[in-house]
Amino acid sequence: MSRPKNKARASAAESTTIVSMRLYIAGSAPNSRQAIANLEAICREHLKGLYKLEIVDILEQPLRALTDGVLVTPSLNKVSPGPIAKIVGNLSDEGKVLLALGIKKPTA
Amino acid sequence: MIGVTRERTVSEMKKSTTQPLPKLATGIEGFDAVSHGGLPRHCTTLVVGGPGAGKTVFALQTLVNGARHRNQRGIFVAFEEASARVIASGNTFDWGLAALVKRKIFLLDAQLSPTVIKAGDFDLVGMLAVLAAKKQELGAEWIVFDGLDVLLTLLRDPLAEMREIYRIRDWLAENALTALVTAKADNGYAGAPSYGFMQFMVDCVVRLEQRMEDGVAVHRLRITKYRGSDFASGEFPVSFGQAGLEVGAAGSVEIQHEASTERISAGFDRLDAMLGGGLFRGSSTLITGQPGTAKTTLAGTFIAAACQRGERALFVSFDEGSKPIARNLSSVGIKLAPHVKSGMLRMYSARTEAVSAEDHLIKLRALIREHRPSCMVIDPLSAIARAGTLGAARAVANRLVYMIKDERVTVMITALTEGADPEAESTALQISTIADTWINLSYVVRSGERNRALTIVKSRGTWHSNQVRELVLSASGPSLTDVYTAGGEVLMGTLRWERESEDSASKARRDAEFDQKRRELEFSEADTVARIKAMQLDLQRQQGALAAYARDEEARLLSSSDRESRLRERRSADPRMSQSRPDVRAPTKKNGEGASK
Repeated sequence: MSRPKNKARASAAESTTIVSMRLYIAGSAPNSRQAIANLEAICREHLKGLYKLEIVDILEQPLRALTDGVLVTPSLNKVSPGPIAKIVGNLSDEGKVLLALGIKKPTA
Repeated sequence: MIGVTRERTVSEMKKSTTQPLPKLATGIEGFDAVSHGGLPRHCTTLVVGGPGAGKTVFALQTLVNGARHRNQRGIFVAFEEASARVIASGNTFDWGLAALVKRKIFLLDAQLSPTVIKAGDFDLVGMLAVLAAKKQELGAEWIVFDGLDVLLTLLRDPLAEMREIYRIRDWLAENALTALVTAKADNGYAGAPSYGFMQFMVDCVVRLEQRMEDGVAVHRLRITKYRGSDFASGEFPVSFGQAGLEVGAAGSVEIQHEASTERISAGFDRLDAMLGGGLFRGSSTLITGQPGTAKTTLAGTFIAAACQRGERALFVSFDEGSKPIARNLSSVGIKLAPHVKSGMLRMYSARTEAVSAEDHLIKLRALIREHRPSCMVIDPLSAIARAGTLGAARAVANRLVYMIKDERVTVMITALTEGADPEAESTALQISTIADTWINLSYVVRSGERNRALTIVKSRGTWHSNQVRELVLSASGPSLTDVYTAGGEVLMGTLRWERESEDSASKARRDAEFDQKRRELEFSEADTVARIKAMQLDLQRQQGALAAYARDEEARLLSSSDRESRLRERRSADPRMSQSRPDVRAPTKKNGEGASK
């Protein structure tokens, strides 16, 4: 009953809203490099340019991570649109990332 | 034991090549003794234990002590609970944590919110970078990873866990930090595999445990590993007080108590005399006895005497309030209330149930350090045996006595005897072996009477009376009375009194008889003297009379011869007439005698 409604709203968001994200990495640590690669692939495929990504290297700005409450790396924060989401890991689980970013809605 | 010998050989090997292992004191009462100096500096210590075993308290207290007493900064990374909750639980102790958190201790909230979505592998590189920056900023010496297991389980991969642990270890070595890592372990060594691995990786492993013994929760601590150092093997009791966690270490094996030769009063003169002059200062005295044998009264006299000398005193009672004790003692002339009022005497009473013996020890130590008494009483120590297991209570009793001696307090401990045999009782807590003086109070029942008897079972390093004395309580306090022995049996109470009055009656009789005799003798002496006097007077009178008579006679003779010659002259008679004179003279002489009489 409610599924078509949700889908309609989701596709609307997909088309117009810009997703703003911040990725925290730790230099060239393997997980961090993987995270960048994975996120870029996801963005290419699902967001088609409708995103804004800031990459913060904790090794360079450790105290910024502290104020942002980020500790484990890599870590991806969805800043807008709401609701905000926090994802940790190298983003290899694409399905979970899409769900967390609100690009994809849970199906069954 | 195996652990110790192995570690010892390692330390010996190290000694031959390198400096002794540098350590940082934790400042946790007892732990620094058990660990022979604290935790290894710039190394990692793992604190494992079940929930509620005190891991977080141990770690946080170490940071607090470092910050408060040695100006060492520390970082506390809280994986398990929010830092606000860590502060809240830390505030239950008298650490002044809130002030320290601002300047010397940095708390990092490292809790991963449950809303965080895990999408793929992650690592701690970022966190360690943050911490390295913070360490530089703060100049930290200590770091605590509290509940590291919580974060590691999110990795869901043993290999990844191992990798991160190695990462942390290397990072710690690089940053010259002394680290404490706490992790949950459910039972024994068979925790999650990673923790077993962690134990190999770290330099020191401290195991905390909470378990129930006889309905009382007890906490235990054990060092299971200490690379490059000796440590006290075995399990040590842990308790929590105002100052935080405390490890009940038996202290150094070597006993170093000063042996004073100063004597102080045990309460009253007669008892001091029995003890060869009183108790040695700093010694411990055990008073055993059945209920009602006046153990508390003896202890009370000791305390009152101390207060009167102007010394500070502490009266600890178990299972009886201090007010009833003061009232009861005042009925036998021991007034404690004025000393309480003046602040010289502190009375503390506690319940023994549901509190572990350890906790009593902590409380008593706190009291001693606060009040600084020179004399104290624990009445009765046997109550401690009810708190938890006997084994634990025994260890506590021992440590209590040693602790009191360490503080140079002269102590009198009472212990209840259940049976008539004092030896049977004293074995319950086995205090009698540590006590310097042992006074036993007992009942002697004879002829329908119960009387109190006092004996000194032992008194180290001094002469003491081996005699049984009767302890008599009166409104002026306790006193000791000689006992009578009759037919090999000791007489007390009424029997003693009877014998005493019998003795005094016969003595009075003897005295009276003697007086009588003396008076008789004196009388007869006086009589004789008087008679001698009278006879002397009589003699003098007779002598006087005789002399007078002689004079008369002479005079008469003179006059008669004179008269004869005059008669002769007058009658002109011839001189023959003088022959008839004796007949005439005789009656005259007779009359003269009669008149003189």
